[in-house]
Amino acid sequence: MNLDRRKFIKQTAITCALASAGAIFPGVSFGDWNTLANNSGVISWQKTPCRFCGTGCGILVGVSDGRAVAVKGDPSCSVNKGLCCMKGYHSIQALYGKDRLTKAQVRRDGAFVDVPIQEALDLIAQKLKETKEKHGKDSVAMYGSGQWTIPDGYVASKLFKGCLGTNNVEANARLCMASAVTGFMTSFGIDEPMGCYEDIDYANVFITWGNNMAEMHPVLFSRMLANRKRRTNVKIIDFATRYTRTSQAADKSIIFKPQTDLAVANAICYEIIKNDWVNWNFVNEHVSFHKGKTNIGYGTEDHFAFKDKAEGISYEEFKQFLEDYTPEKVEQLSGVPAKDIKYLAALYGDPSLKVTSFWCMGMNQHTRGTWINNLVYNIHLLVGKISTPGNSPFSLTGQPSACGTVREVGTLTHKLPHGVVMNEHDREMAAEIWEVPVGNIDPKPTYHTVEMFRALDRGDIKFIWIQVTNPMVTMPNLKRYRDGALKDDRFVVVSDVYPTPTTDIADVILPAAMWIEQEGMFGNSERRTQHFDQIVDPPGEAMSDTWQIIEVARRLGFEKQFPWSQDEYIEKIWEEYRRFHAGPKHEMAPYKILRERSGVQWPFVNGKETRWRFNPKYDPACTNGKDFDFYGKKDHRAWVWARPYEPAAESPDSEYNFWLNTGRVIEHWHTGSMTRRVPVLHNAVPAAYVEIHPEDATELGVVNGEMVKIISRRGEITMPAQINGRGAPVRGMVFVPFFDESYLINEVTLDAFCPISKQPDYKKCAVRLEKA
Amino acid sequence: MPILSYLAMPQKGAREKLCADLSALEFCQVIPAENQDVVILVTDTPDEISEENLQKALKHMPSLQSLSLTFGYDEKE
Repeated sequence: MNLDRRKFIKQTAITCALASAGAIFPGVSFGDWNTLANNSGVISWQKTPCRFCGTGCGILVGVSDGRAVAVKGDPSCSVNKGLCCMKGYHSIQALYGKDRLTKAQVRRDGAFVDVPIQEALDLIAQKLKETKEKHGKDSVAMYGSGQWTIPDGYVASKLFKGCLGTNNVEANARLCMASAVTGFMTSFGIDEPMGCYEDIDYANVFITWGNNMAEMHPVLFSRMLANRKRRTNVKIIDFATRYTRTSQAADKSIIFKPQTDLAVANAICYEIIKNDWVNWNFVNEHVSFHKGKTNIGYGTEDHFAFKDKAEGISYEEFKQFLEDYTPEKVEQLSGVPAKDIKYLAALYGDPSLKVTSFWCMGMNQHTRGTWINNLVYNIHLLVGKISTPGNSPFSLTGQPSACGTVREVGTLTHKLPHGVVMNEHDREMAAEIWEVPVGNIDPKPTYHTVEMFRALDRGDIKFIWIQVTNPMVTMPNLKRYRDGALKDDRFVVVSDVYPTPTTDIADVILPAAMWIEQEGMFGNSERRTQHFDQIVDPPGEAMSDTWQIIEVARRLGFEKQFPWSQDEYIEKIWEEYRRFHAGPKHEMAPYKILRERSGVQWPFVNGKETRWRFNPKYDPACTNGKDFDFYGKKDHRAWVWARPYEPAAESPDSEYNFWLNTGRVIEHWHTGSMTRRVPVLHNAVPAAYVEIHPEDATELGVVNGEMVKIISRRGEITMPAQINGRGAPVRGMVFVPFFDESYLINEVTLDAFCPISKQPDYKKCAVRLEKA
Repeated sequence: MPILSYLAMPQKGAREKLCADLSALEFCQVIPAENQDVVILVTDTPDEISEENLQKALKHMPSLQSLSLTFGYDEKE
């Protein structure tokens, strides 16, 4: 510290003032003012949603002299009521990593060279145009993210689907939420949860289905714990394949063998029917029964295609189907004692208890992800515990705008902002709003995410633009897709905020504005749209992903479709996008209201948010005059599906004798590209590890911290063992978090997916272990 | 060339305004309390004229209710 006489006197003056203030105002706090360089002392606070998980916590960011310097929970945001998790409290530090990308880079002779961003945008537009002309419209692709803002995803869809005429638009939410979407669509005909977080304040029983909420949705989990403490009749049951911090805090932990959740869910339905706990008034009025195809495959081969076919069945046929799922039979398959299955059924079946089921990746990253979503809805529908406060089958999202940007804007190959490309009316609506010829919008979907990267490997796609995501860490069976992207005539553009394994394979890197360095909106798990202003400036030439796309679109001649100025583009985009959702089923709040509030839930009708859908007390879209209206389906009923147990794509055998399960830890966000640059979070968990059951470790001759080789049919990786750590896998299973790019666990995983949702299963493949 | 520190009390509801007004003045450092309506003001003026001008500006600042001196030093003395 450089201290001269005058500075010393000034410091003394401050110390005197602090001491005087402390004497006059007991408890007064001046915080960390002295650590802030060039600080004027004025901190202005502005609202934003947190940019990490899908909970959508409202936070207030303190800004001093143009720099984000402080974070506190937003007490006026109903999501978190002023609470944040460790990632939220440290979120702004992710803006200021030393290696932020501030300049565009172009690969020349194998090395990256800094170029002005306008030159990089010229090159992208030129390559995109050339590739399309030479190889056809479906040779160019955009791969985005559930961390895209709503305007990012909207302009991407408008450019690629509306202007360029290709449905090659996908987002990483395919890897985390697609089974939830197809679950909603098949059971209810309309996407996204019927309930909201207020359910937590009413429910008596919480059942977490393969969902480690204590680490993945900690603020919601805290709300559950607070309710359990405050009210006497609240229980938490954790139903999982691995013992976690959620299991530890739960009243009861029930462990099942991977993939057998399908059988257990059916056994719960069996018990509900056997004990006549069915809510007949509800079922007779609001439910219809169906079955679909079986033995539906796993998608491990290129060009895999599957289309389900629904067939109506009677209640008696459904009951007959469940005969294979007695608790005693299912105990043999799942390892769950029959008494525990009966206990779960009794909780769902007790009419005096309100039950909320939560799930996230455990059910969605599943080769029968759509089915297991259907089956949990089945349970709630049989007992009529749905769409009322506290009774909620609740699919949580993983990313801040998986719902807002990917599901609502429709940044998946088959989707449009309203409806799907296959529907003529939906194409006409999009063409009218986008001011493009309706013939521009191709009625055939192209590639879902896994198939998109297979197409890049095969050479069917030659140009891909990747924004706000890191697929060279997250794609399953990673080696194939990395090798494919590196082939000579592929052109890869990556927009990001830090160097990652994905920028490593790029031909052009664009520096992106991050989170509050731009204006935007996210949409969280409970249908809440959350606006944030640009609060600080982006560094160097970093530019919002939305504006990058607009710049390229204009270079391609689409000035008419992208006419906005930088002062107003977010408002204009929002108001254009909102037209797609007009009407009581999905009406979105106007821009002005979004700016004012800490999030607004849709449908937002006549100035009122909708807390519970399908219930006419809360939802103005209900029109059938009954106590519930499942208006997503033409028969105005929710569909119960007969979906059987089918095994995983790959199970342990004599050669590969362990299950591999992958996932996250509370300290890190996804691939760690941001949180590993936050010192507190990085130091808390600096490296990935493999969790091993102590007895398996003993057999292997491995102690804590020793290196273990994990080998699958796709690849191998060597990493340190963790024994008796925070998570405890059962014997015969290992768990690896994927946040650490030094240990790319997806070299080992399998690219099998749910044939309906096309979402890969990151929770189950077979590996063997060796002491390294 | 005095160095002075004060506790500055804002008019009701004018804490943010007071911080902004004080920060806009030359030779002033402002340290607002996080949890109470009080602000530390440290002034470090280079000469008598600057000090007089600063005092005048403080006297006519509408967002300021009162100033209490907590420390004073002047090299002349």
